[in-house]
Amino acid sequence: MLTAQSALPMISVTGLCKSYGPTRVLDDVDLEVQSGQVLALLGPNGAGKTTMVRILATLLKPDSGEVRIGGYDVLHEPKKVRVQIGLSGQLASVDDKLTGLDNLTMFGRLQRLSHRDAVTRAGQLLEEFGLDAAGGRAVKTYSGGMRRRLDLAASLIVAPPLVFLDEPTSSLDPSARHVLWDAIRVLVTNGTTVLLTTHDLDEADQLADVIAIIDRGRIIARGSAAALKAQVGRPRFLVTVPTSHALAAAVSLLGDRASTVDYDTRTVSVICDDRGVDGFRQLRAVVDDLTTSGIPIEEFGLRKPTLDDVFQQLTSADTVAMPRVARSQ
Amino acid sequence: MITGGTLQPIRRSAAYWVVSDSSELVKRSLRHIRNDPDQLVGVAVQPVVLVLLFRFFLGGAIHIGGGESYINFLMGGIFIETAALTAMTTGTSVAADMTLGIIDRFRSLPMFTSALLIGHVIADLVRSAVGLVVMVLVGLAVGFRPSAGVADWAAAIGITLLVTFALSWVSAVIGLLGRSVEVVQQLGLLLFLPILASSAFVPTSTLAAPLQAFADDQPFTQAIDSVRALMLHQDPGDHTWLALLWWGGIAVVAFSVASWLFQRRSTM
Repeated sequence: MLTAQSALPMISVTGLCKSYGPTRVLDDVDLEVQSGQVLALLGPNGAGKTTMVRILATLLKPDSGEVRIGGYDVLHEPKKVRVQIGLSGQLASVDDKLTGLDNLTMFGRLQRLSHRDAVTRAGQLLEEFGLDAAGGRAVKTYSGGMRRRLDLAASLIVAPPLVFLDEPTSSLDPSARHVLWDAIRVLVTNGTTVLLTTHDLDEADQLADVIAIIDRGRIIARGSAAALKAQVGRPRFLVTVPTSHALAAAVSLLGDRASTVDYDTRTVSVICDDRGVDGFRQLRAVVDDLTTSGIPIEEFGLRKPTLDDVFQQLTSADTVAMPRVARSQ
Repeated sequence: MITGGTLQPIRRSAAYWVVSDSSELVKRSLRHIRNDPDQLVGVAVQPVVLVLLFRFFLGGAIHIGGGESYINFLMGGIFIETAALTAMTTGTSVAADMTLGIIDRFRSLPMFTSALLIGHVIADLVRSAVGLVVMVLVGLAVGFRPSAGVADWAAAIGITLLVTFALSWVSAVIGLLGRSVEVVQQLGLLLFLPILASSAFVPTSTLAAPLQAFADDQPFTQAIDSVRALMLHQDPGDHTWLALLWWGGIAVVAFSVASWLFQRRSTM
């Protein structure tokens, strides 16, 4: 049924400000997330991501501005907001000293399920998240990945229309991370609106429809992953030479084309202007120039844009123009 | 495949949810005991150590007069000391919940959040009961000879559990004021100080005069003297009523302060 209700954005934030003492953590933030969208709030530690999500989840009071979740004001109707949201990640934890099954059953009961439904649902979720064998063990014996999956399961007991995931995979090893990503993807295909925070561009890229980049309390860019990367970060060629002498020669030969120089690893980087054939031509020109001048190449590589690049680019107005040292791969 | 959304919340009165949420959180705290039985060790071991210490090391030097054996005198004091010891767990459990992320999950649920405090307090009563059983058994083994009838026992245990209950709420207040579990643990030891200045281990008449004035009428002494008299089938006089008044009053005040602090810290 199409009603005016369904056209409401799931999350609507206008003019949101929050300070801790003299520190302004959120500075006039506007944000809108449509129902069914997955938005990644991407930024470094201390950018204001967690503060933002805590306010949206009714856990923290904003100084000013308006926040509506599913049309309800977080300040005036927190209970109506709470029945629509699930919290996971750094935001809300599970009980270490209970078993996985006891955790999910308890949270189900606290969310107004009947005892029988709470037990049934707990069993379903344990199975869906591959935790059925561990369901009877205390959570403190779980691995990091298992714990995060249980945590995510705990936020999905009543299948809320909106789920907040605060740094869902931080400190997980790559395989545990992929398992969790798969779980999040399934959640998304069921139509759940998701707001996730991360400081990892790859994670945002993997999961989100829309990425909002937040830095020092302000949203400084917003768009699809592809659009942002095209706008802010282009791939780089990395050329590593065997000696510091060769490095000096390479830097002077490449001139303006050299974007960054890392003296420790003797690597010079060149920004790739194009992803297609022109990019390849540009790359070949660099290799040709170096080899015709007799500069030996030890290693050659391509590096995709990282959050670092995105940030440097977006905040470059504030920084003094000087050769930046590339991070070694 | 992650399913869901087919389960509908049930509709019940607000009062139903207060009871239901509280019982869920009581179950949670009791499961903590089951999954982490270590916490019972402290509750059971310390009273045993105290009984043995006072009975065999210090008891020889303490003469209480009136022809009563020291162990018979001592047990009433150890009952209440155990109550105070057990009550400290609420403070550290509350502090742990407040500093770990779990409080945020509870807060984000449409639940009766004070159930969290109630859960810890009731679990303390269970721990206290376990401590009492262990202590009585050890006492009997080393010469404790109670002459209490069923009604006396019931009254003595009732008073001890009331003291635990009241002190658990005081402990909850400490847990909500302290900024870390460690600080709360240290502050919790303060609950023990008034026991030293009571009739727990020696008759108050042997204390220095200013201390005696305090010790004679303070709530710990009322509870201890009452429990002691009941177990020895003596007339507790006014001690029982005074103990009920004191500890009932402390429970009401501490409960109110704890609930207020909790609401303040758990609403935004």
